[in-house]
Amino acid sequence: MVTRRKLFGLGAAGVAAAGAGAITARSLVREPPVAHATAAEPFPFYGEHQAGIVTPAQDRLHFVAFDVTTGSRAELVELLQEWTAAAARLTQGEQAGSFGAVGGSPEAAPDDTGEALGLPASGLTLTVGFGPSLFDGRFGLAARRPPALADLPAFPGEKLIPEISGGDLCVQACAHDPQVAVHAIRNLARIGFGRVSVRWSQLGFGRTSSTSRAQVTPRNLMGFKDGTSNMKLEDADLLREQLWADAADGAGWMAGGSYLVTRKIRMTVETWDRTSLREQEEIFGRDKGEGAPVGKRHEFDPVDLAAMKPDAHVRLAHPSNHGDARLLRRGYNYVDGSDGLGRLDAGLFFIAYQRDPRKQFVPIQASLARTDPLNEYIRHISSGLFACPPGVRDAGDYWGRTLFG
Amino acid sequence: MSAIIRLTAGALALAALTACAAEPPAPGGSAAARQPGRIAVAAGDTECKVAVSEVAAGTSTFAITNGGSKVTEFYVYAPGDRVMAEVENIVPGLTRELIAELPAGTYETACKPGMVGKGIRNPLKVTGEHKALNADAKLAEATRSYQRYVKSQSDTLLVKTQEFVDAVKAGDLKRAKELYPVSRTYWERIEPVAEIFGDLDPAIDAREADLAEGEEWTGFHKIEKDLWIHKDVSQDGPVADKLIADVRTIVAKANATELTPLNLANGAKELLDEVATGKITGEEDIWSHTDLWDFDANLEGSKAAVQALRPVLEERAPELVGTLDEKFAAAEAELNKHQRGDGWRLHDELSEAELKSLSDVINALGEPISRIAPIVAK
Repeated sequence: MVTRRKLFGLGAAGVAAAGAGAITARSLVREPPVAHATAAEPFPFYGEHQAGIVTPAQDRLHFVAFDVTTGSRAELVELLQEWTAAAARLTQGEQAGSFGAVGGSPEAAPDDTGEALGLPASGLTLTVGFGPSLFDGRFGLAARRPPALADLPAFPGEKLIPEISGGDLCVQACAHDPQVAVHAIRNLARIGFGRVSVRWSQLGFGRTSSTSRAQVTPRNLMGFKDGTSNMKLEDADLLREQLWADAADGAGWMAGGSYLVTRKIRMTVETWDRTSLREQEEIFGRDKGEGAPVGKRHEFDPVDLAAMKPDAHVRLAHPSNHGDARLLRRGYNYVDGSDGLGRLDAGLFFIAYQRDPRKQFVPIQASLARTDPLNEYIRHISSGLFACPPGVRDAGDYWGRTLFG
Repeated sequence: MSAIIRLTAGALALAALTACAAEPPAPGGSAAARQPGRIAVAAGDTECKVAVSEVAAGTSTFAITNGGSKVTEFYVYAPGDRVMAEVENIVPGLTRELIAELPAGTYETACKPGMVGKGIRNPLKVTGEHKALNADAKLAEATRSYQRYVKSQSDTLLVKTQEFVDAVKAGDLKRAKELYPVSRTYWERIEPVAEIFGDLDPAIDAREADLAEGEEWTGFHKIEKDLWIHKDVSQDGPVADKLIADVRTIVAKANATELTPLNLANGAKELLDEVATGKITGEEDIWSHTDLWDFDANLEGSKAAVQALRPVLEERAPELVGTLDEKFAAAEAELNKHQRGDGWRLHDELSEAELKSLSDVINALGEPISRIAPIVAK
């Protein structure tokens, strides 16, 4: 395993150096080059917006939600500063602490856990978010809770498990290499011990959306292309209108940030797999092979909603049904092994960024939850809502400065 | 039982450790400054009268008379509850002596009727000439201080294990069940020291799941299963005899081994690792569910090792001392929520959320404790 990873890392780096701009072995075959997305060349950490939102979706995810266990606002701020410093290093392919895995005292526990030694940055992005519960009385933030961070309503049919839902803070780690994403979360969790407690975490593989036109459209575990008509990083005007929060939206500190909704959606793939192709395609409103909308031949042909069944998934979710509301989706497939009944414990870890969930995720999901025939095969089992602050400007800045500073 | 503490051969240099009472005066304590005579301590169930509130730096002898109805203990604490000297198991009516070497400073004395809680405290001021110790002397004093602790704990371990063994051999299931977690307390406080002696630790403390096919199972947990599951210890006479014999051997060895400051630092961490891997999960006392007794003892043992190093840490890493105090207090507070009478709630009565809270405070404490060893090694 180790040898293989090493070889792979070197291989990818070698290809990148040769100018092919490769992301992963898979992408060598499937995807054209994307700026700054090579294994060796990291995404910038500092900027107006946090990386990991419009960043071309990497292939792997480790998402974690924390409860804050300290009652001290100063300690929380200190933690965010320490996290920011570590994230600035980790995303550039460096180690979590200044000594690293093997550079410190032999009597000391290393300040990096070491499993990413020798691996390139692998396109790692780390994105932080603040949950509604952070704005209770504990840290004097109640008055600063953004109106858009309103608790999600209960949706019909959902079966949320509280233990794997919510959280005061979240960190999304995306990378081309799962080892790199897990390494980052593990080290941030370690830095946080005593101030935060891991509430739940989720591994994901196989991005289920494209966030850039340079990427091909991937498939979810139902075998369908997902994210064809997603908002893309190239749609600057649309992003300004639909993705990035503005100072005028009611929370000045969120300007340049975005609101994140996560849903863990369990699929009963065994019954789905026994469903006829015709029914599968009718449920989605696209064909399974090309991803073309009903009645069309190619994936990117314009959709003809009228040609679809009234309750087709694509039709229900279409912006035209929701005042042109869109989401930037960047979800991941997940498989948590098998459950006790021998069924694949699998599905979609849905991730969507937007400017205001009240106007975007909520109406779209309300309509899907009511009438989507896909609901026969899926169940929402976890839910998360987070305000992701604007980006970290420079080394003197930190995650959440506009909120706490 | 956990991974065996890793020691270099050098750290295991065996040297006879003189008993507390026969220890030579500390480098700082001059003969002239020594308090002549004995300091009387009248211990009761609700009081702890110490004859003086101020003594001269150097060696002091306390004579504790237990006039109450409960078994008691007497401690001299330096700031942060660092045990300077301690005598346990003073039964009603008995007087026991305690010799303490105390440099100038502020201390607290404590009687602990029933051997639980923080005890009845009194301030004790120590004044007078006290030659400053250099850093190495501080480390030497740290290990001496911790070895006094090991000595006191292992003395009581012998007494309590004997009582447990007697109850098992007498077939007194009820008494044996009561004594099981109590006798283990003294074991769990000093387990990293016991673990130095490879074969004895498993003989005393192996769990059924630790055994390889065909290996003989002896020690506490074998009897635990017979007490709680089979409800029959009639065949356990030889196991009980072997247990007390093994404990006797390990106590003798533990007290004859010269520890290093790194042993203390690592031992403190090991004990918390034990909590995190064995007690939080309920794997340690899988039949009796008395894991919180062990949890508490591990935490106390860890604290004793850290506090022995406190003077060194205060000099080299004062910020860390503050963090450790805070995190120990948080861990104790979380654990104390589960106190019941003189003992603890059973592991299988705790909810997942309660166990997670306990796990969080142990993680919070474990990280700063892992920073002690390199500071000591500097």
